Amino acid sequence: MFGSTFNNGLEAVVINAAALILTLAGFGVFVALFGHNPLDVFYILYLGAFATQLSIENTLTQSAPLMLTALCTAIPARAGLLVIGGEGALVVGGVATVLVGVHLGHLPPWAGVLIMGLAGSIAGGLWIGAAGALRQYRGVNETIATLLMNYIAIAIMSHLVSGPIRDFDQVLKTSSWSIPESLMVSTVPGLDVHWGLAVGVATCVILYVIMRQTTFGFGVDILGGNPRAAQMAGLPINRMVLVCCFIGGAGAGLAGTMEIIAVHGFASESLVVGFGYAGILIAFLARQNPAAIIIVAILVGGISASGGLMQRRFDLPDATAAVLQGMLFVMVLASNTAYGRFKIFQLKAN
Amino acid sequence: MSDKFQFSRRDVLSHGGNIVAAGTLFSLLPTLASAAKTVTVGFIYVGPRQDFGWNQSHWDAARKVAKIKGIKVVEQENVPETAEVEKVMQSMIELDGAKVIFGTSFGYWKSIKKMAKKYPNVLFTHIGAIWKSGDPKNVIGYRGYTEEPHYLCGIAAGRMSKTGKIGFIGSKPLYFIYNNCNGFVLGARSIRPDLTCNVVLTGEWNNPVKEAETTNSLIDKGCDVIIANVDSPKVSVETCERRGVFSCGYHSDLSSLAPKGFLTGAEWNWASGAEFVRAFTTGKPYPNLKRGGFKDDMVGLSPFGAAVPQKVRDEILSAKQGFVDDKLKIYQGPLKDNKGNEILKAGQVISNTDIKFKLGVRFFVEGVAG
Repeated sequence: MFGSTFNNGLEAVVINAAALILTLAGFGVFVALFGHNPLDVFYILYLGAFATQLSIENTLTQSAPLMLTALCTAIPARAGLLVIGGEGALVVGGVATVLVGVHLGHLPPWAGVLIMGLAGSIAGGLWIGAAGALRQYRGVNETIATLLMNYIAIAIMSHLVSGPIRDFDQVLKTSSWSIPESLMVSTVPGLDVHWGLAVGVATCVILYVIMRQTTFGFGVDILGGNPRAAQMAGLPINRMVLVCCFIGGAGAGLAGTMEIIAVHGFASESLVVGFGYAGILIAFLARQNPAAIIIVAILVGGISASGGLMQRRFDLPDATAAVLQGMLFVMVLASNTAYGRFKIFQLKAN
Repeated sequence: MSDKFQFSRRDVLSHGGNIVAAGTLFSLLPTLASAAKTVTVGFIYVGPRQDFGWNQSHWDAARKVAKIKGIKVVEQENVPETAEVEKVMQSMIELDGAKVIFGTSFGYWKSIKKMAKKYPNVLFTHIGAIWKSGDPKNVIGYRGYTEEPHYLCGIAAGRMSKTGKIGFIGSKPLYFIYNNCNGFVLGARSIRPDLTCNVVLTGEWNNPVKEAETTNSLIDKGCDVIIANVDSPKVSVETCERRGVFSCGYHSDLSSLAPKGFLTGAEWNWASGAEFVRAFTTGKPYPNLKRGGFKDDMVGLSPFGAAVPQKVRDEILSAKQGFVDDKLKIYQGPLKDNKGNEILKAGQVISNTDIKFKLGVRFFVEGVAG
């Protein structure tokens, strides 16, 4: 049993490493076409993403929201749903945070932050939970529903910040009221990275344990693997789907909270920058495993972080980092077909 | 989760740090940066820098600044208004050795103030002109009065319109959008007092589909000169050209998009920020807040399109001179808003630099429909 688990793990490591190397090789060809030495570009990639403390902080800052939004796709996916509503849930979570936060100035910071975190996660959870309910009780396709709900969420926010909760003192762009300065959180000790990172890592680890070690997590895996079998086994399917959607949405909602309390202080269109969509990519790269999300988010964060330096040093277009990300995505997905094809891993397992 | 957990980077490094290799490399970098004699200036854009719009107006400035001797420009585009921009600034300062940072989007303000405190030896500029006393001294807010070139566009529109109906497409209900629109309409009505202007706000900075639809519907309503106050007026200008009506530009020079129907356009002159760079690097004083129009060379007018006759060009240029000499005022009484409320009594004149009045403008002037 142990031997087989070990071999499976080794297989995953080897296949993913091969995918990464192939991606870098492909990217090397790509930049060579632009007339740059691939080795120079790889060095800058490393310099911008991981070489200095500043680069590492940059990478971690980029990855923090992605860990949480990735959960929005990953957790429902374990139950067999394809949810792509992380963007909307993040916005809803952010707006809820502001609506609650502006009234909490009199509370001690820890209490205010806790309540805002709850507000953001509950709002995001209900948002995606609603899509789960539509699917279970009304047969609405959850992928289409969550995609469209992204636009609804953004429209609701735009309406709120340009009217009912608009702060007219912010003359340059339509923004909501700000939460009290006392409730803004600062950076993680020892790193110039906001608290969203710690929250993201902790949430991923907790969910990893829940999905791996509890009967609920096991039931969800059965449901995701074979809904009919889950039904036959008498699992409470509706409830499990709703809970998974709620948890996923809560993750993205919490990302919204962290954006508000650690970065912006108010809701505005700056919340809509594609964290939710990037999370989908990460969830798939991590094969819906919450612990792997942490690593993949850092890797993808590193690519974005070094993208800026590539732009500035080589005058490469901004889309270069996106090209690298896209190549990585395709390679990792393609490499999924390689599992079980190499005898070396199978032989040892027997 | 509160402030008391804060450690500075220096503390961490001096205690060994948890990432030792990283720390070593990091300490090498300042030497690398200071080896260069030229002053490095960083430009950060929120969108693509060749967008025929807002970002391009800053890219134009970057190219002008780059021509100045002893200045090297580094640029990064598509930087969102999140924690990312702080990291981009830090990366420019520490990895590229930038001494001046041009933050060219509204939403960078908070990050700029934060970074300015952290890097007191670096100059930061922001395009909102919302610096208040108490904000860091190494921050400059500057912004041009674009309602002045809009007034000139209005004159062109008033002369060239056949239907007596013109169109204004706005993005969001913000003070400068109101002012630009009012400038445009007042300029046009200074030529043709019976002219009307249809105004539509799209609610978004960047929604090309909506902008094209709005342009088409304005043309269908009979508007034959259209100006769009969105991030990139490209789509609107091109749609006007295809439908055979006149258009005016905004932000940067769009004349190449509409060789037949382009009249002129309201431009920024962000390159005026070069003077701050010069003052900062030579240790001379600089203002923390600067607003200005044609008089201070902070706005510009696009080259005239082929359709504009010489007589009209002369008329517009003499009005421009009026702004330079501070003789021509945009808001002067008697003035009513489009709901019939009296804004200014006869004889009342608002100075072109009266920012308090302009910040409070939340009305459209008489002649605006919709």
